[in-house]
Amino acid sequence: MTETVLFWIIAPLSLGTALSVVVLRNPVHAALMLVGNFFTIAVLYAVMEAQFLAVVQVIVYAGAIMVLFLFVIMLLGVERQLDFGERIRGQRAAAVFLGVVLLAALTVGVAGPYLGADSACPTTAEQQTEPAASPQACRGLAEANADGNVFGVGRLVFTDYVWPFEVTSVLLVIAALGAMVLGRRAEQDSDLVDVLRRERVPAGGVGDASYQAELQQSLEEDPR
Amino acid sequence: MLAEYLPLLLLAVVAFAFVGLSVLVSARLGPNRPNPVKEAAYESGILTEDVDVRQSRFSVRFYLVAMLFIIFDVEAVFLYPWAVTLRSMGWYGMAVMGVFILLLFETYYYVLRRGGLDWD
Repeated sequence: MTETVLFWIIAPLSLGTALSVVVLRNPVHAALMLVGNFFTIAVLYAVMEAQFLAVVQVIVYAGAIMVLFLFVIMLLGVERQLDFGERIRGQRAAAVFLGVVLLAALTVGVAGPYLGADSACPTTAEQQTEPAASPQACRGLAEANADGNVFGVGRLVFTDYVWPFEVTSVLLVIAALGAMVLGRRAEQDSDLVDVLRRERVPAGGVGDASYQAELQQSLEEDPR
Repeated sequence: MLAEYLPLLLLAVVAFAFVGLSVLVSARLGPNRPNPVKEAAYESGILTEDVDVRQSRFSVRFYLVAMLFIIFDVEAVFLYPWAVTLRSMGWYGMAVMGVFILLLFETYYYVLRRGGLDWD
């Protein structure tokens, strides 16, 4: 009962914040909406008694992933006019098509097995004593969380889903290498911008003698 | 079940109430004599008119640090259920996590040697 009430409160909030992320033009507002969305998802996990997932959702998504998003926003500059035009020809059509394909795959592949009558959760006491009809059949939260929620998650991750788990490691390696390649390309001194004076640093770099003299002079004129 | 989250809800209520009350009380009771200098926005003693933080860009190096943080954050998330289930898994569990951590430490070593963690 409480679950149903909470679901109908949280689910519209979740959808609303998710839509706002896409619709809002200001990247900072979109990022804030994303934080809100992460929290609503965490509440939904908690309502479904997946406590570990709920906590991880807050720590990893609302914590770490959000920091990364904010860094990207700061890298680009918040109030910079960005070109929202199409970079790849026909990218909107492709996005719609791939979105529909993903939705279909999720509906059929993930939700599909749970939509049949035999997968309905047993509600009465006599139904609950019957053996599960199919692997997808609702076994009940009590069984899934028998040794504690974290134990249940751990047992599944390291036995049935051990291959995806190891592949995750490879995925993280790729992410780190990508960040290294993009972030650590040899920086030219001329790429640096003097933030205080909003001028390009001369080709000789910060150590350039004429630049140092100029800087010293400007400091004497206006010691901020 | 869900009643277990009642303390969490109470904490959230208290936190929001504290912030709201603080803002309200200081606005009501505090003396309010503004002048242009007081009203000016500043950051670390520098006026934001001089340095528009909204226009300036961060170095891309922060991105690398953030990415590395996420990678080891995800590792820590996996370590928790692993530690809980380790006794029941025995050496199999050690091997599974060993492969995982080996791959991540290889990355860490690579980043370290490429100078990814040096600031200059």
